[in-house]
Amino acid sequence: MSAIRLENLDISYGETRITHGISLDIAEGESFALVGESGSGKSTVLRAIAGLAPEWTGRIELLGRPRGHGIDKAKVRDCQMVFQDPYGSIHPRKTIDATLSEPLAIHGFGNRDERVEEMLKAVGLDRRFRFRFPHQLSGGQRQRVAIARALMLEPRILLLDEPTSALDVSVQAEILNLLKRLRREQNLTFLLVTHNLPVVSFLCERLAVMRQGRIVEVANVDQLKKGAFAEPYSRELFTASGGV
Amino acid sequence: MSAPLLELENLRVSFPTAHGRVEVVKGISFTLGRERLGIVGESGSGKSMTGRSILKLIRSPGKVTADRMTFDGVDLLGQSERQMRAIRGARISMVMQDPKFSLNPVMTVGDQIAEALRFHARLSKGERKARVLSMLEAVRIDDPERVSRLYPHEVSGGMGQRIMIAMMLIPEPDLLIADEPTSALDVSVQSQVLDIIDDLIRTKGMGLIFISHDLNLVSRYCDRILVMNSGRVVEECAASELADASHPYTRGLLAAMPRLDETREELPVLDRASWGGT
Ligand SMILES: Nc1ncnc2c1ncn2[C@@H]1O[C@H](COP(=O)(O)OP(=O)(O)OP(=O)(O)O)[C@@H](O)[C@H]1O
Ligand SMILES: Nc1ncnc2c1ncn2[C@@H]1O[C@H](COP(=O)(O)OP(=O)(O)OP(=O)(O)O)[C@@H](O)[C@H]1O
Ligand SMILES: [Mg+2]
Ligand SMILES: [Mg+2]
Repeated sequence: MSAIRLENLDISYGETRITHGISLDIAEGESFALVGESGSGKSTVLRAIAGLAPEWTGRIELLGRPRGHGIDKAKVRDCQMVFQDPYGSIHPRKTIDATLSEPLAIHGFGNRDERVEEMLKAVGLDRRFRFRFPHQLSGGQRQRVAIARALMLEPRILLLDEPTSALDVSVQAEILNLLKRLRREQNLTFLLVTHNLPVVSFLCERLAVMRQGRIVEVANVDQLKKGAFAEPYSRELFTASGGV
Repeated sequence: MSAPLLELENLRVSFPTAHGRVEVVKGISFTLGRERLGIVGESGSGKSMTGRSILKLIRSPGKVTADRMTFDGVDLLGQSERQMRAIRGARISMVMQDPKFSLNPVMTVGDQIAEALRFHARLSKGERKARVLSMLEAVRIDDPERVSRLYPHEVSGGMGQRIMIAMMLIPEPDLLIADEPTSALDVSVQSQVLDIIDDLIRTKGMGLIFISHDLNLVSRYCDRILVMNSGRVVEECAASELADASHPYTRGLLAAMPRLDETREELPVLDRASWGGT
């Protein structure tokens, strides 16, 4: 089954059309990357899938069902998003504990205390951070809270917008290993936005390269490893990442 | 080498917690000339706090002490808040790690960058606008006219970073502290933006403190590198020698980086418990 299917997706903010005819088909359990130019519409695509960019035409299907234009309560649990800016997904006046346990309460999960402890540990945060507020954490610590929050509800699809760009490489390695393990154990689907091609190489099977609101190329990870792209812009990204 | 631009001796930053006051920066010392200094290290190791301390931007109940903190002969510790306001932006500026959060949400991007010019010679409204647009263009923003009219929530992550960089460079400071300034930029835009900073260093003699977790980038763009861990500097080396770093922590960082032709099923991680963190 497809986890995410996009057909001819045009997304706008008011008068400005941001994406043009985006079509993608991502299988359940697949890990797919969106890379490309800054401002090309990568975050916008993720926001539309999550129901946060309501002005679109075309079709969006999640786990075989079409989604409507607003936030869809039933979809929230299945499909979680980690925002590029961690302040976007964590409430500044709530403690980390409240941020992580409230969604559990809303969706009727038991063992909340244990789940919060386990999740903090999984993202490499010491328990002493549990009762702090976001402004009392470093950038990378906040980013890990945002990742933990998205994982709390055991979603089937995870939309990740630059999830490790604020993390030092050792914490990044821990998070990437965690994501890979969760995928193996729970058949999770990832749609990952990143500008870090080595991260794509480690975690994903396929990638789409975006530029100016369009997908210019879809390639698999073997092509990425060899730099065997068809489009000059994709090759440019490859060489700028140190590929030869 | 010329007289140092910045001298830091025994810088300490602490915060009260449920278990008493905890130091998150534990006695850092370095001097900076008109050069490019990179700071890398563990998340939570105190990199941002070090940068903010120099601008005296640590808010109470946080506490900063140092035996010495001078900038171009001025004792920063002795400056009043008012005197600091005249230094911030005009002489030392900092690109914050969360650009969109640090920008004013109710002011357009163009107006905010123009504000950063307020310290400088009286420019007419038209001249100001022209400077703003050319700066946006310099940081590779397409269509600067449109973008200058947007509010911070209407720009992409990478655009937010470039706007912040434009705003910090436009007053041509003597010292730029850049905290993860390009983490949201694709690699080709990233190198173009860093080249602009580099250019100012060479032509105007600006000093740079470049905080980043991107080891390759730092070794390419800096002269010297400090590696931080748990509030301390654990290693200092010439940027060109980073790949041969000897400290086990630095070696661990190098091994944890995925590669473009990655084949490892799992990445090696560091045993963080062994050095505690803050
Ligand atoms: N709320 C909004 N109103 C108007 N324009 C917007 C809004 N949000 C985003 N945009 C515009 O949409 C375009 C695409 O933005 P988006 O955030 O999707 O880019 P991106 O590919 O994620 O870039 P980056 O890699 O820099 O994060 C940009 O030109 C941006 O200015
Ligand atoms: N208000 C506060 N109260 C208590 N501790 C704090 C407070 N603000 C920051 N800290 C702690 O200070 C330490 C250093 O933070 P800093 O932001 O300097 O880290 P960093 O090296 O920049 O990390 P990152 O790479 O994740 O941005 C962190 O462990 C953080 O949790
Ligand atoms: Mg984005
Ligand atoms: Mg930081």
